[in-house]
Amino acid sequence: MTTLTATRPTPAELSPRVGIGEGVRQTMTLAWRTIVQVRHNPWELGDFSIQPIMFVLLFTYVFGGAIAGSTSEYLTFALPGIIVMNMLFITMYVGTGLNIDLTKGVFDRLRSLPIARWAPMAGRIIADQVKQAWSIFLLLAIGMILGFRIGTDIWSLLAAVGLMLVFALAFSWVSVLVGVVAKDPEKVQLFGFTALFPVTFVSNVFAPTSTMPGWLQPIVEANPVTILSDACRALMVGDDTAGTEWHVASAATPAVQSLIWAAAIAAVFAPLSVRALRRRV
Amino acid sequence: MDHAIQAEGLVRRFGETTALDGVSLTVRAGTVLGLLGPNGAGKTTAVRIFATLLRPDDGHASVGGYDVVRQAHQVRQLVGLTGQYAAVDEMLTGTENLLLIGRLLGMPRPAAKQRARELLSGFDLTDAADRAAKTYSGGMRRRLDLAASLVGRPSILFLDEPTTGLDPRARNELWSLIRGLVAGGVTVLLTTQYLDEADALADEITVIDHGRVIAAGTPDELKAKTGSQTLVVRPEDDSHLPVVTSVVAELTEATPEVDGPRVTAPVTDPAVLPAVVRRLDDAGVLVTELTLRGASLNEVFLSLTGRPVDDDTEDDSERRPA
Repeated sequence: MTTLTATRPTPAELSPRVGIGEGVRQTMTLAWRTIVQVRHNPWELGDFSIQPIMFVLLFTYVFGGAIAGSTSEYLTFALPGIIVMNMLFITMYVGTGLNIDLTKGVFDRLRSLPIARWAPMAGRIIADQVKQAWSIFLLLAIGMILGFRIGTDIWSLLAAVGLMLVFALAFSWVSVLVGVVAKDPEKVQLFGFTALFPVTFVSNVFAPTSTMPGWLQPIVEANPVTILSDACRALMVGDDTAGTEWHVASAATPAVQSLIWAAAIAAVFAPLSVRALRRRV
Repeated sequence: MDHAIQAEGLVRRFGETTALDGVSLTVRAGTVLGLLGPNGAGKTTAVRIFATLLRPDDGHASVGGYDVVRQAHQVRQLVGLTGQYAAVDEMLTGTENLLLIGRLLGMPRPAAKQRARELLSGFDLTDAADRAAKTYSGGMRRRLDLAASLVGRPSILFLDEPTTGLDPRARNELWSLIRGLVAGGVTVLLTTQYLDEADALADEITVIDHGRVIAAGTPDELKAKTGSQTLVVRPEDDSHLPVVTSVVAELTEATPEVDGPRVTAPVTDPAVLPAVVRRLDDAGVLVTELTLRGASLNEVFLSLTGRPVDDDTEDDSERRPA
């Protein structure tokens, strides 16, 4: 036992605070932890890999012909929106993971360690960005196999991916708030489904706005999911949408609007989350 | 440094409830302090303040000579914390859990791996090292949790109800691990609602109730403090219980309790023992047990608070909404 318990000689001076470099390293360690978790939890991997693939297949082959005339054409319009929708669902893992840490006491353990106060949250969000990038890549790859073509160039594609990651970063704060407030991880998932389903479906992800009843159209047009999907469609498909109801003249307007939405969401939910967390711990 | 932990007048409120109402205590370096009290007494709140997880509303505390509020980062470099529930990441393996802590403490990867192996073998978890912690039994999780708090070789360890919910065997294993830690020079603050646990492990005990310290001292001092001893008489034949009860009642001038086949009563005068023997002999009652013993900590607690230690009728105000 003595080798286990021999206490470390206490240095004369303990460092009074965490350096930025140390904080970044701790963040990466915590991000590693969140990624490694997935290996032992195949369900989660299935959730952010298989579920979106099923959505693509389902919508393309079941509804595609009816909505757009042909499945490959439909894929061109729908895939960018499906990627956006999937991105929103994946942000819920930030809240679920945080909630598990809070209810299991892992959060307390981390806070009792001499690490940067922001490292646990930053690590989680960075891990989430990795998962997001993986999902976007996966969905694009499946889309390509099924006949999706990038109508623009690599830079526009990267801009679309970047835009989605920025939006995911902002929307993660909604997930953090739910994760802090919810009593258990299942409640976080439940919120994900009950709140995100209407928000993502009352958008132009699956069908053009003009096909919907008049009273619904303003809601759909104001929905940030619609705006972000418009931006991604324009950046990924470009002029291939010309002449369709999905066409937007330029990617710039919806892209800027998406960034404004992201900033607004973060500005509202980040302080709320931090306050809720302070109250809980 | 004489005192590893020092607290003065700690107050902490949660809304309407006052979890800590002016708690002062000291723990000498290299000793074990048992913080004893029923559910909701404020034990966890005190530990969370010492471990820098919670700020006191009033009063101050220092750990290893550093102030828990102003020098929290230094305190965190000295302490290890094991909570009421096993705070391990269930999705990670035993090795990965310890590796995570080692890396967060700034150990290089090979050193963190080496330390993880060392702890896993010392805590009898080598066989389960590469299994996700969610497959562990309660006792294994608790051992992994304790191992996780030792990765950085802390000189001060907080154990918040370390054996709650464990079966007797797992509890004994954990006790011997804790004794090993103390032998290695670690200062331990242990909270518990089990009097035998405090009795078995602690050098000194502080009893708290409703956020206040109601008694402090060594286990023997506490037992002596209540002054009384307990007389235990067990007649050979249960039908003699009423006779025994009336004799004991008369001689001790107390109300005896009938506990199964035994009659017990508090006594202050040891001379009562021969008197009991004579009277029972006269009455022709054969006894199989006749003893005078020091008060147990349970009786101490009862005499200090007027209620038994496991009285759970109070609201558990110190637990966070879960």
